[in-house]
Amino acid sequence: MHRDEIPPGTLYLLILKTLARSGESHGYEIANSIQQISDDILQVEEGSLYPALQRMLIKGWVTAEWGTTAGNRRARYYQLTSAGRKQLTAELSQFQRVIGAVTRVVEAV
Amino acid sequence: MNWMRELARRLSMLIHRRQFDTDLEDEMHLHLELRQQQQIERGMDPHHAQTAARRRFGNLTSLKEKSRSAWGWEWFEQLADDMRYAVRMLHKSPGFTAVAILTLALGIGANTALFSVVNGVLLNPLPYRNADQVVTLADWFPGYGESSASYPDFLDWVRLNKTFSSLAAYRHDSFNLTGQGDPEQVTAMDISASFFPLLSADPVLGRNFSSAEDQLGGPPAVILSGGYWKTKFGSSPSILGKPLNLDGTDYTVVGVAPENFYLCCSSTGFRLSDVYVTIGASKDLPVRDRHMISIRAVGRMNQGVTLAQARADMDSVARSLGAIYPDTAKDTGIVVTPLQQVMVRDVRPFLLVLLAAVGFVLLIACVNVANLLLARSTGRSREFAIRTALGATRGRVVRQLLTESILLAVAGGALGLLLASWGTRAALAALPSALPRANDIQLDPRVLLFTLAISLAAGVLFGLAPALKTSRPDLHATLKEGGRGSSGARYRTQNIFVIVEMALAVVLLIGAGLTIRTLVGLWTASPGFDPHNVFSFRVGLPPSIANADANTVRASLRQLTEKIAAVPGVTAASLTTGAKPLDHESGLIFWREGQPKPPNEVSMPYALWYRVGPDYLKVMQIPLLRGRFLTAQDDANSTGVCVIDETFAQKFFGNEDPIGKRLNFTLIYNQPLQIVGIVGHVKQYGLDETNDAPMQAQFYMSPLQLPDDQLKTWAMPGYVIRTEGSPNAFAGAVRDALREFNSKTVLYQPETMDSVVARSLASRRFAMILLASFAALALVLAGIGIYGVVSYIAGQRAHEIGLRIALGAQQSHVLKLVLGQGARLAFLGVLFGLASAAVLTRLMTTILYGVSATDPLTFSAVAIVLTLVALAACYIPARRAMRVDPIVALRHD
Repeated sequence: MHRDEIPPGTLYLLILKTLARSGESHGYEIANSIQQISDDILQVEEGSLYPALQRMLIKGWVTAEWGTTAGNRRARYYQLTSAGRKQLTAELSQFQRVIGAVTRVVEAV
Repeated sequence: MNWMRELARRLSMLIHRRQFDTDLEDEMHLHLELRQQQQIERGMDPHHAQTAARRRFGNLTSLKEKSRSAWGWEWFEQLADDMRYAVRMLHKSPGFTAVAILTLALGIGANTALFSVVNGVLLNPLPYRNADQVVTLADWFPGYGESSASYPDFLDWVRLNKTFSSLAAYRHDSFNLTGQGDPEQVTAMDISASFFPLLSADPVLGRNFSSAEDQLGGPPAVILSGGYWKTKFGSSPSILGKPLNLDGTDYTVVGVAPENFYLCCSSTGFRLSDVYVTIGASKDLPVRDRHMISIRAVGRMNQGVTLAQARADMDSVARSLGAIYPDTAKDTGIVVTPLQQVMVRDVRPFLLVLLAAVGFVLLIACVNVANLLLARSTGRSREFAIRTALGATRGRVVRQLLTESILLAVAGGALGLLLASWGTRAALAALPSALPRANDIQLDPRVLLFTLAISLAAGVLFGLAPALKTSRPDLHATLKEGGRGSSGARYRTQNIFVIVEMALAVVLLIGAGLTIRTLVGLWTASPGFDPHNVFSFRVGLPPSIANADANTVRASLRQLTEKIAAVPGVTAASLTTGAKPLDHESGLIFWREGQPKPPNEVSMPYALWYRVGPDYLKVMQIPLLRGRFLTAQDDANSTGVCVIDETFAQKFFGNEDPIGKRLNFTLIYNQPLQIVGIVGHVKQYGLDETNDAPMQAQFYMSPLQLPDDQLKTWAMPGYVIRTEGSPNAFAGAVRDALREFNSKTVLYQPETMDSVVARSLASRRFAMILLASFAALALVLAGIGIYGVVSYIAGQRAHEIGLRIALGAQQSHVLKLVLGQGARLAFLGVLFGLASAAVLTRLMTTILYGVSATDPLTFSAVAIVLTLVALAACYIPARRAMRVDPIVALRHD
């Protein structure tokens, strides 16, 4: 199976989108969900989620709280803030603009 | 707003960063475990599952690092690390740390204390509104210089000037206060109504004088000084509107001046007044007569007027007055000087010299600490070599060293500030009146900033040299040598430091030595009279006597003198009014009989005018050179006579014999006075009086021979008495004698002539004490410095010395080796110091007297003292080196 590297800068978008869908998730769940959504095509170096999450915490897009998993393990759950939701919208439209542009460029060739 | 919340989040992370680390750790581990579990569930064996999970996760340590660094606090943590490390290092060598901090604290403390004084006296603006618009005005006479002015002239200045918004005259005065408990003498200032408004000193109670009160015949009004109001009337507001009986006249209290108000100029002395009355209402002869100069003036220039414009304006005023009153004002001028300049004129050279001195001390302190640090870091070169070998960058090592030295500097600065605030207070308490504007001296934010700047600059300055030097170690050589070091070249920096600080100490010591020599010379110089065992005081006569007819006044003065002379233990007593040595000036113009009368008063010569009793010479121990002195027979009924001093005789008679010649004092006497004797010269202006003082000639006459109409003005009684034993003990007995004479007479301004002499030297003494303490400090610091370096080098050479001893070197040889090294440094330091001092002391000639700026005695004494101190400092490490046990030294390392 071939796995593509995740395009730079889209990691935030993926995390935001995942959290928007699930409501709240811990790091492992986020990593899994990104893979599932992308049908295992997008490969995140899983650990790189964590520095990204820290930066998002600083920006105030997400908040974190400790809770327990279904398997009764202690885990840190991340949740979108309203600022995070705004950021998601912004990143989405930005992403679509770029993708649209790239598609047009590619088709024009 | 967003950035503030973000900053808050970052700060909270900083505070909870331990928690942060464990959270991250837990979270990442959970991730790894869950992934491993998933792989196992998919059928992988546990060992492979773990490896796979780790591979998918990435580099755990670097990810943790990235997560942490996202918060942006590494610089802080590194700084904290450096600080912790620095504190640990300093803690490990408490001796070094204590010496370094103390050295700096002394340097910075002395600097801050002195800067506080300079700041208060020279830099701070005066407490008056727009103080730079305030000037003093004085008359200027050809052949005399700056002088008081006459009140009628002052009124013309007010009328004729075009550049001043306000002018105010003032004059010291005193009154006999009765009706408020025991009668007492109060010091007073006669002022223009515009005086307080001009200096923006609003009354704390009541009002300022009205212009109606500042006129002849105006209603008598008085303003109390804040201090007198407090001590005499307990700050009671009900005093307002009440009458105060001064010299027999009732003055209505109209206001109270602010307590901290003062106007002090070198010309007025530092005398605080008890009360203020209007000068315009004064009927005193010296105020009303254009021939009498007794007032000083302050002025406020109009907005936008420059000093040059004001001066030009007053020049033209002076010219107009010269044209209208050629007799008193021809060729005279008006001197306009900024108030600030007048107030600090006398102390400025002292303060600047002291500031330079204290800068030297700080420099020595810094050099010392730099040397200590350098010695220490050379000893630590192995540590740095290892750190560098382990991958520390040069910048990181330098930063570490700088952190240590700045830490030292800040600690030294903090301690120094403490010392400074204590030292400033102590200095001011010891000599409250030596400095003008002493009230303005305090540790203020500017001084604080100054200290902070000094300590940081010092930290960087003395930290940088050793930091740069040691951060470039030859790794290979250092590690091979075992960090011991043996090559001579590496001590070059230390040696230069020692030479520099020795040289600085020499300059300081010579400066101090010269001021001490000046002061000792002045103390032992004769003022022309013997101040020991002389008690001086003034007497306030009750109005019933003061306002009586001339013959009653004469009889009373004679009677009073007899009463005082009869006090047991008093060997001689003399009335003295007018000029008083080192204290008060009074001058009079004259011309010789038989010579043409000069065309106007301005071109007449003048002489100091002493109005004294027959026993004056006996009290003051002034030698009678020729003829006779005044006697009790020289009274209103006999021929007017006077006695002149040797300067008078030489200046106005040359080779002629003055005795029998007659002098005209037409301002006061209708008849000429005959010269009957010549006495020794008295230093009127201070022990450091030079020949260029404007009024040198002196003459004496009896106040009892004053014409009837002049008597009251010029015979305000004061006394000097010669006592057996300490003059201080006589105040009580004299007071009793005065009370016996008349219950309403008051004794005031009691002081010994010794203290008058001391007062005249106060600011010199202040400067000398400070300079001497700085020099002593420099001496100690330089001693510590040379000791530190020589003992450090000796310690580093212990290996070599041990080897020499093992090979048969004598102890005396070792002693010579170490001592010789110190002596060479000391010798070079002293040499450079002497050379620089020869140049630098020339800058302080203004504060020297009777001693040359390159006084050979001072120079050689300092050279010897410093060499001895240096040798003594080297002797300790030399002895230690002598006792080096070759076995221990060779086994070491």
